[in-house]
Amino acid sequence: MHLAYPAVLAALLFSVGVYGVLARRNAILVLMSVELMLNAVNLNLVAFDVWLRDTLHAGQALTLFVIVIAAAEIGIGLAIVLLVYRNRGTSDIDQLTDLAEPAPGQGPAQREDQAEEAEEKAEAAA
Amino acid sequence: MTLAGQVHGFLSPTGVEIAFVLVGIATLGAALVTVTTKQLVHAALWLVVALGGLAVEYLLLTAEFIAWVQVLIYVGSVVVLLLFGLMLTKAPIGRSPDADSENRWAALVVALAAAATLVWVVADAFRTTWINLDGTVQGSTKITGETLFSHWVLPFEALSVLLLAALVGAVVLSRRSSSANGRAPR
Repeated sequence: MHLAYPAVLAALLFSVGVYGVLARRNAILVLMSVELMLNAVNLNLVAFDVWLRDTLHAGQALTLFVIVIAAAEIGIGLAIVLLVYRNRGTSDIDQLTDLAEPAPGQGPAQREDQAEEAEEKAEAAA
Repeated sequence: MTLAGQVHGFLSPTGVEIAFVLVGIATLGAALVTVTTKQLVHAALWLVVALGGLAVEYLLLTAEFIAWVQVLIYVGSVVVLLLFGLMLTKAPIGRSPDADSENRWAALVVALAAAATLVWVVADAFRTTWINLDGTVQGSTKITGETLFSHWVLPFEALSVLLLAALVGAVVLSRRSSSANGRAPR
């Protein structure tokens, strides 16, 4: 088989994952896109392992390790998303701006309003 | 490797190549729908198609064990976890118009630039490289097991400790704290 087929497919899948991570707003959809990117890397690892005929099978061993680490990552990631949802009432990553610089037109009072609004939402969700 | 171009015809693909390209198109289409659909639950279900297609690609690359692990762990547990997450965060069933953020055009530009660069580099680098799939099978369960437990034992055990840590971490994070009105301390 031509090596370019799996390599190009992996590159395209990775780009699709990049688009998903940057464009999605729901945190869980972002996690799905991360899974797509990890799978693209896995496809590359398997293809190059088969191409190089590695006697240690490093590519396939590493693929298994990446799959296990992805499973751990999705578990921790979902726990964090659920905790954020429970505290803030939303899993929308555009609204989680506590660590962002305040926008120039936005005074501190407005930010407090937003915080109160978020608290009310959290109480309603709890 | 330059001689390989004369052995393998450029425009006479083998059956495995045709199957790989067809499954690859289906996988890529499912991945595209996953990142663009407005229905959140459908995104998770299309992710199943994309990951299952990748499992078929592993089978075509003779990595049999990886393919079944992919089906078991990704399709079996990761997608189910994602669906649980969607349900627990009360994701709207049906179309949600604000699934994409406003900067999706910037994201599209970045993704297209990444895709163009990567595809150009990769296609240029591996234009005359062929995988020999006819020799000994590279990824049968027997071979993978033997190498995993003779050369990769230490990373394997370290990984089991990592999984345990992740398990404990997830339990600690998602446990409801016993403080007043059930809210976790900030």
